[in-house]
Amino acid sequence: MRAEVIADPTSESRLARFAIILLSVAFLAFFLILPLGAVFVEALRKGLETYFESFSDPDTISAIELTVLVAAIAVPLNVVFGLAASWAIAKFDFRGKSFFVTLIDLPFSVSPVVSGLCYVVLFGAQGYFGPWLAAHDLQIIFALPGIVLATVFVTFPFVARELIPLMQEQGTSEEEAALSLGAGGFRTFWSVTLPNVRWALLYGVLLCNARAMGEFGAVSVVSGHLRGLTNTVPLQVEILYNDYNFVAAFAVASVLAGLGLVTLAIKSGLEWRYGDEMSSAHRR
Amino acid sequence: MDLKIRNLRKDYGRFPALNGVNLDIRSGELIALLGPSGSGKTTLLRSIAGLEIPDGGQILFGDEDALQKSVQERNVGFVFQSYALFRHMKVFDNIAFGLRVRDRARRPAEGEIRRKVLELLDLVQLSGLEGRYPAQLSGGQRQRVALARALAIEPQVLLLDEPFGALDAQVRKELRRWLRQIHDETGHTTVFVTHDQEEAMELADRVAVLHKGDLQQVGTPDDVYDLPATPFVYAFIGESTSLPVTISRGQASLDGRPLALDRFDAPDGPARLHIRPQDVTIQSEDGAVLTGAVVGLRRSGPYRRADISVGAGHARIEALLPPDVEIAIGDRVGLAFSRSAVFPEDEKVLRKAA
Repeated sequence: MRAEVIADPTSESRLARFAIILLSVAFLAFFLILPLGAVFVEALRKGLETYFESFSDPDTISAIELTVLVAAIAVPLNVVFGLAASWAIAKFDFRGKSFFVTLIDLPFSVSPVVSGLCYVVLFGAQGYFGPWLAAHDLQIIFALPGIVLATVFVTFPFVARELIPLMQEQGTSEEEAALSLGAGGFRTFWSVTLPNVRWALLYGVLLCNARAMGEFGAVSVVSGHLRGLTNTVPLQVEILYNDYNFVAAFAVASVLAGLGLVTLAIKSGLEWRYGDEMSSAHRR
Repeated sequence: MDLKIRNLRKDYGRFPALNGVNLDIRSGELIALLGPSGSGKTTLLRSIAGLEIPDGGQILFGDEDALQKSVQERNVGFVFQSYALFRHMKVFDNIAFGLRVRDRARRPAEGEIRRKVLELLDLVQLSGLEGRYPAQLSGGQRQRVALARALAIEPQVLLLDEPFGALDAQVRKELRRWLRQIHDETGHTTVFVTHDQEEAMELADRVAVLHKGDLQQVGTPDDVYDLPATPFVYAFIGESTSLPVTISRGQASLDGRPLALDRFDAPDGPARLHIRPQDVTIQSEDGAVLTGAVVGLRRSGPYRRADISVGAGHARIEALLPPDVEIAIGDRVGLAFSRSAVFPEDEKVLRKAA
């Protein structure tokens, strides 16, 4: 027998591997790392002092407060909706289920501007419910409720998308076991279903939160851009930038970018630590 | 507690999962629901538990109508095929679950729960493992935890769905003996589902054989093995081969030649003669029930198996013979049957076993 080196049939040559890796690294560096780094560089261009000064602008402060408030309302709402939807989809059979699943993905496929416009058509001054709302002194568009509605719509799929595959994989036998042991419906949900999906739920909440705080398009349509009143952080960044206030624009943007990085870090940590308790999509 | 199942029906779409099943389960007995997949055995078990709502019929726990009660109210211990242990709870909390979820009036004190759980762990021979998570246990251990959890609520009836389905052969045998022991110690009325006839025969006091939603036969393992009520039971339990015969005034004949068998209590017309391999003996051709040619011969454990081709249609009969039997492929041999049965070709009812 000749001792011949036979190439691994499932592997490419060294050169090809090197070229592929280099290509993807270069792509990542150019399209992701470079722009993200630029945000921080631009924000700190005139030193730390100017950087922090950017956050003393009352309009910026109120934008940050509004964004936190919107996320604090929208995220819990979507946790409840997401849990309900994935529970229904994973644990029950009903007519039109696959249509329902498709519907959950709608916010992913529809442009956020369109979803914002939908709310204007419904609740705006000239909208379907406009006169009724005006008569009852309720303002939705160009106010907090509209921003929350738009944010809820855009971030709806995040929690449900994480939970559905996991719940489907886990099946219903643990719930059936709990019922046969005498537990009621709520008790079964609270001490069996919920703990089984807790890490996936947290993961979904993180993604949902990052998107809720960063949403631009839908919120832009319904907010009306009232400085100090209905501007969220992303809208404030745009306004600062259009005012040629670059350092402040990048400083505020760096907060959003930082939020994204922290989310990514926690998400990776969760995947690494609890991957086996999350849906198979996250198992490494 | 006695269980009475009356004319139970369940349909999935067009095909019936349970086709009017009647079954009496006696207090304290260990009964097996045996059948191939799709026979309705699991549907029957889940209906008893209340996890499935039948479309018609009655289930009585003693004199009480169980169908009026929810799953929680039925107080049944259910052991799932996949065990369904609560994966985020330790063994202790799994077993304690059924006691902790009781309403305050019926909930034992935490100390009492602890005593009970440790006692059950002892019963299922898992003492010391109360702090483990299900993922840290072997399949056999999980099975035991599942049983302890079901027993903790002091169920009126214990239901097990393919309890040993996911275990390897060695563990199965061990657990089988152990489950019988637990049953004898605790005296629960126990119903278990299996597709494994050996398991059903070895473990159960009585076996209920199901096929396509119909209850074929209920009886002791001896009854169902020795006196199968239907061709399905004959074929499903144990081994058997069958020959196409014609019955005329109780006399079975093959290819127009009468067979030297006792008369069957069967109507005239086409029928099938069923014979088990171990009921076949080889003898000289003179005075044999049938003659045929040996066409296959192989060793099977402590026995030798022979395929014997008989009649004009070359139907085959399998014989289980002692290993030292002196025959070779091509030999012509005579056959005698120590036991056989005839079912009319419409395959519904047993007439009489010879």
